[in-house]
Amino acid sequence: MAAKKKADTDSALNASLLHSMILQRRFEEKVAEAYALGKIGGFCHLYIGQEAVSTGTLSLLRDDDYVLTTYRDHGQAIVRGMSPRSVMAELFGRIDGCSRGKGGSMHMFDRHVNFLGGHGIVGGHIPMATGVGFAIKYRGGDQCVICYMGEAAVNNGAFHESLNMAGLWRLPVIYVIENNRYGMGTAMERASSTKEMYKRGDTYSMANAEVDGQDVFAVREAMQEAIDRARKDYSPTLLEIRTYRFMGHSMSDAASGTYRTKEELDTYRKRDPINLLKAKMQTDKSLSDADLAAMEAEIAAVVQDSWDFADASPEPPLEALYEDVYVETTT
Amino acid sequence: MPLITYRDALNQALREEMHRDDRVFLMGEEVGVYNGAYKVSKGLLEEFGEMRVVDTPITELGFAGVGVGAAMVGLRPVVEFMTWNFALLALDQIVNAAAKMLYMSGGQFPMPLVFRGPNGAALQLSAQHSQAWESWLAHIPGLKVVAPGTPYDAKGLLKSAIRDDNPVIVLEGEMLYNTKGEVPDEDYVIPIGKADLKREGDHCSIITSGKMVLVAMQVHDQLAKEGIRVDVVDLRTIRPMDVDAITASVRKTNRAVVLEEGWEVCGIGAQVVDYIQRDCFDHLDAPVLRVHQADVPMPYAKAIEKAAKPDVAKTIAAVKKVMYIEA
Ligand SMILES: Cc1ncc(C[n+]2csc(CCOP(=O)(O)OP(=O)(O)O)c2C)c(N)n1
Ligand SMILES: [Mg+2]
Repeated sequence: MAAKKKADTDSALNASLLHSMILQRRFEEKVAEAYALGKIGGFCHLYIGQEAVSTGTLSLLRDDDYVLTTYRDHGQAIVRGMSPRSVMAELFGRIDGCSRGKGGSMHMFDRHVNFLGGHGIVGGHIPMATGVGFAIKYRGGDQCVICYMGEAAVNNGAFHESLNMAGLWRLPVIYVIENNRYGMGTAMERASSTKEMYKRGDTYSMANAEVDGQDVFAVREAMQEAIDRARKDYSPTLLEIRTYRFMGHSMSDAASGTYRTKEELDTYRKRDPINLLKAKMQTDKSLSDADLAAMEAEIAAVVQDSWDFADASPEPPLEALYEDVYVETTT
Repeated sequence: MPLITYRDALNQALREEMHRDDRVFLMGEEVGVYNGAYKVSKGLLEEFGEMRVVDTPITELGFAGVGVGAAMVGLRPVVEFMTWNFALLALDQIVNAAAKMLYMSGGQFPMPLVFRGPNGAALQLSAQHSQAWESWLAHIPGLKVVAPGTPYDAKGLLKSAIRDDNPVIVLEGEMLYNTKGEVPDEDYVIPIGKADLKREGDHCSIITSGKMVLVAMQVHDQLAKEGIRVDVVDLRTIRPMDVDAITASVRKTNRAVVLEEGWEVCGIGAQVVDYIQRDCFDHLDAPVLRVHQADVPMPYAKAIEKAAKPDVAKTIAAVKKVMYIEA
């Protein structure tokens, strides 16, 4: 509760949270534009609608903590501190991309900010995050690792194997289910035997909670508790953060019409996390129209700069094809 | 030099490397309290404690992934599979994660980890417990694959595998653990990617690896009595393969038999034959033949199990055939 009160009153913090969410939104709107122009290829999954989850959780991490996520990774990469330039250049498949143009949309990596990917196999990164938690404890550190996943991954064996080990061995892992209600076109009710996914934490002796993912403060409050638990005695947490994606599953999927109705989408859009925070700040008069306009202008410039940078960056040279398959062993 | 078992040679390698580098730890089913399903890790729990000798639940996908994650942040895990048959449940972590992490991160995340355990058939364990996975694993760029056939090689290759900054697959053999050989007490390593000429001869090359090295050496000794001199090229490492050693031998003998434990179709032998046809085409006096497991799941009953496996008699027959000697 203390954390929530502080957040409510701290207008500088609110402004930075708002900035973080709008930056993701505008960045990804630009990504959609670049995709339509053929500057970005392959699978590309937008995060629009879910920004309060990345912003809320990552705004509380320390630099020496670790982050692993899925293919829906642009927003988290930027919030974690990767430059929009390096993320956009990666999307464009250019040499200045964070993964030198070898990963693309689904494989953002940056070891300087402990961003350990960007993984394309549903559930595959959950054991890895568990291993990072193991390494933290092995070394006696007090960091934690956050592992994002979609609600569909919860039905995957890797999830259960991981949570069992983290619960058994007490590992400082914060598993975050971003429940956006769909795995591609399959509604969670059609895929999961329970609608209360956070309760699966009980099975693995793990603290767990259900969180409103459109309210950035609610996300922060739950995340802070999870972090404290991890740092204090290596206790893991399972958070189910309820959110919604406003776009299709990937660029090839319409936002609505097949597996969900336009009405449903419109209903969820009313709880746009950015608008909710804006409204709150406008009510308590901590955000003027001029402030907002300045913020939007600054962000638009950053996003445009990332595009210009990516567009000017060369493609990887042909020699790069055979690089990075093996490293030279030095020890 | 002390005469010790393959099992103890691996144990020495683990112990020495864990002393040498405190980032090295061993994890897997029954590696600790039970001392290892095949006793390879005997005494290590006592010596290094449970943070470094980690008994896992039966959760191959999960603990292989724990190894990958720990390697991403700088530890050097040795992940033991009770046998490679069970590692199939972990293939996503081995293939999609360990092998590709460096590449898809643009060189940022090396994977200094070892996946090891017994590979191939023992005796009468039937279909699900008797499989040789060399060709599955060697197919994958980003992995290195070693298959030691002797205690000396087991120690030296495992130590190299642990020190390597890339993911290394170590294929051991249930039937090899009790075999004995001379192994120095002290520290030594065997380079990954180099073959070893186990026996010399100028009539025919046998190219092989792992458990089949013992078969090939027996073939060498038996044929020697008939005046047939066989060159035994032990690949030691299957990926990256020492093509120069293969071609040097075949250019000398002009005939080759490739002997492997696994199945024929898309097997290691097919790859070796490809190198030979490409680099030794003008040196061959006969088509290259392959000896391998019969193209069936491994049966249980003794006689048909024996019939399914590559062995000394089948290899001798193949050598004689490429030498155009009537059986
Ligand atoms: C193991 C595996 N199976 C299938 C896929 C194809 N796939 C990619 S995303 C996805 C849906 C995942 O949904 P969810 O986990 O809820 O995450 P979201 O996309 O909603 O963020 C599927 C089926 C995959 N990438 N990996
Ligand atoms: Mg989903």
